[in-house]
Amino acid sequence: MLHANKPFSLQLNPEAFLPATDAEKEYISRMRPSSTFFKDGVRRLIKNRVALVSFILIVLITVASIVLPYVWPYKYDQMLGMTPGKPANSSYNNLSPFTYGAKEQERIEAGEKVFPHIFGTDAHGRDYFIRVVYGTRISLAVGFFASIIVLIIGLTIGSIAGYAGGKVDLIIMRIVDIIYSLPDMLVIILLSVVLGQVLHVEGTILEKIGANIISMFIVFGLLYWVSMARLIRGQILSLREQEYVLAAQATGAKGRWVIMKHLLPNCISVVIISTALQIPNAIFTESFLSFLGLGVNAPMPSLGSLASDALNGITSYTYRLVIPAIVICLIVLSLNLFGDGLRDAFDPKLNA
Amino acid sequence: MNTKTLFYIFKRVLLAIVTIWIVITITFFVMHAVPGGPFLGEKAISAEAQAALEAKYGLDKPLWEQYITYLTDIVTKFNFGPSLKQRGRQVIDIIMDGMKTSAKLGLIAAVSAAVVGIVLGAVAALRRNTVLDKIIMVITTAFVSMPSFIMGSLLLIIFSVKLGWVPANGASEGGLILPIITLGLYPMAYITRLTRSSMLDVLGQDYIRTARAKGVSGGKIIFGHALKNSLIPVITYFGPMLAFIVTGSMVVEQIFAVPGIGRQFVSSITNRDYMMIMGTTIFLASLIVIMNLITDILYKVVDPRIEFD
Repeated sequence: MLHANKPFSLQLNPEAFLPATDAEKEYISRMRPSSTFFKDGVRRLIKNRVALVSFILIVLITVASIVLPYVWPYKYDQMLGMTPGKPANSSYNNLSPFTYGAKEQERIEAGEKVFPHIFGTDAHGRDYFIRVVYGTRISLAVGFFASIIVLIIGLTIGSIAGYAGGKVDLIIMRIVDIIYSLPDMLVIILLSVVLGQVLHVEGTILEKIGANIISMFIVFGLLYWVSMARLIRGQILSLREQEYVLAAQATGAKGRWVIMKHLLPNCISVVIISTALQIPNAIFTESFLSFLGLGVNAPMPSLGSLASDALNGITSYTYRLVIPAIVICLIVLSLNLFGDGLRDAFDPKLNA
Repeated sequence: MNTKTLFYIFKRVLLAIVTIWIVITITFFVMHAVPGGPFLGEKAISAEAQAALEAKYGLDKPLWEQYITYLTDIVTKFNFGPSLKQRGRQVIDIIMDGMKTSAKLGLIAAVSAAVVGIVLGAVAALRRNTVLDKIIMVITTAFVSMPSFIMGSLLLIIFSVKLGWVPANGASEGGLILPIITLGLYPMAYITRLTRSSMLDVLGQDYIRTARAKGVSGGKIIFGHALKNSLIPVITYFGPMLAFIVTGSMVVEQIFAVPGIGRQFVSSITNRDYMMIMGTTIFLASLIVIMNLITDILYKVVDPRIEFD
C-alpha cells in the first residue's frame, strides 16, 4: 500500500509490513468451516422433512426385511401343518391373524408360549407375516440390482458416446433411439416368457434366484439402460467443452483418465438421482410381471406375487391383498419422494 | 408447412417403420428360441394340424425362409397365422374380437383421464399452495405410486364386493365402470401433475402479465392464453399413456373378467399359445409405435418454437 498522505509518492509505508496483530488475524479468519458440494447437499436434504422421513422409512423397511427372516421362528416356505411322516394338518391353513393351529392350541393350553401369527397363515399354512417380510426383501433386491445393472450399462455406453462423439456417438444414439421407441412392457413380457423356458439354471448357484428373476435382470439390462445412457451422454457433451478438460488433455491425459477423473465425478449427482428413481420403476415392473405369473418362482414370495395370489381369496381374506399393497405403495412412494428430495438437494442447476 | 417439417415427419415415419420391423424380427426369432419352436405347444397338436402348420410355414425350410413368409404374410395380408389353442381360429380374428371391447375401454379411460386431469391440474395451478392444491397433489401422488392391479383389486373389493354398487364381472351391464376407473386413474394423476407444473410455468410468463396489464378478463387469460399454452407438454404424454393403457388393460381385464385383448394375451401366456403371443405382441407394439409417431408429429406441429434437428 502506498503512503496514504502522499498519493504519488513511491515511498512505501513501513506500517504495512508489520506482523499482523491477533485482532487482525481474527478479522480475516474464516467465519465458518468451508463447505463442500456434498456437505451442502446433505444439509439441504436433512432440512427437507418429507425426504428425510421417506429415507428413514426406506432404511427401516430394508433393515427389517434383511434382519427379521433370521430371527423369526417361522420360515417363509415352511408349511406349519406338515410334519414329516404324518398326514397334513389342515387346521394350520388360512388362519386368521393371532389364531393358532391344532397342535399350537394344545401347547398353549399346556402353558407353553407360542409365537403368534401376526397376519395369520396362507392357504398352505405358511406364516403370512414372514412371507410379506421376505417378499419385501425380494422386491427391494430386484429393484436395487436392476437399477445397478441399468446404471453400469448406461454409464459405460453413455460416457463412451458422449466422449468419443462423431461416428461412434451417431451409431450408439441410433441404437438408443430404436430401443427407446420399442414398447418396453411388451418386449419384457415376450422375453420373460421365452427366457423362462430357455434358461436352465438348475444345479448352478443361480438356481435359488430362479430363471424368471434372472430373465427380468437380463431384460432390464437390455432395455432400460437407454434413458440412463442418454442422460449421461448429454451431461458429458456439455462437460466436455469445459476448460478443465482441455487443460487435462493439454497436459497429456488419456481418454479413460479424463472420463473417470473429470467427467464422471461432475455428473455423479444426476446419475445418483436417476438411479434412485429407477428403483421404484423396477419394483413396479416386477410386481406387474408377478401378477401375470412371470415373476418369482414359487414358493419364493415377492410383494407382487403375494398380492396376485391374494386375488383368489379376495372376498374372505381381503387383508392378504391389502398388506402387500400397502408395503408396495409405501416403498414406491417413499423412494419417489426421496428421489425428488435428492434432486432438490443435489442438482446444481436447480440451486443456481 | 415447410420442407423442414416435412423432412422431420418423413424421418419419424421411417423410424417408426424400422421399429415395427425390428419388433416383428425380435418377436419371431425370440419365439423360435423356445425349445420346439412356437408351433409346438406343451401338448402335441393333432397330426393334421401339425402337417398343415408345417406345410403352411414350411417348418422343414431354413429359419430365414420361414421368417420371410411370416413377415410377408403380416405386411401383405395382415395375417398372423392360426391360434394354437383356440382351434380353427386365426390370431387376427381373436385380436379384432378382443379389440372391440378393449378399444372402447381404453378410449373412454383415456378421454376421461385427459379431461379430469387437465381440469384438476389447472385448478391446482390456479389455486396454488391452497388446501385444495395440497389435497389434489397428495391424492395424485398416491395414485401414481400404486400398481394398477392393486388399484383394481381394491376398487373391486370396495365397490362391488362390500358395497355392491357395480357388478364385478366386466362382461355384464355396467361392468365396464370399474375397469375404466382403474385404467384411467394413473394417467389422470399423471396428467394432473403435468398440467399443474406446465400451467405454473406459463402463468409466470411475461405475456400473461401483459394480457393482465392491458385489461384482458381473468377467464380469457386462463382459457385463451394459459391453458392453451400449458397443454402442449401434455400432448407428449399421449403416446406413453396409450402404452400404459395397453399394459394396464392386461391387468384390469384379468381382474374384472373383461373379454378384451389384454385378457386374451395373458391367457395366451399361461397356455403358451405362442402364435397368439407373437401376433398380439406385434399388433399392440405397432399400435403403440404408431401412436408415439402421431404424438411426436402433433407436438412439433402444434408448438412452433420446437427446433428441428
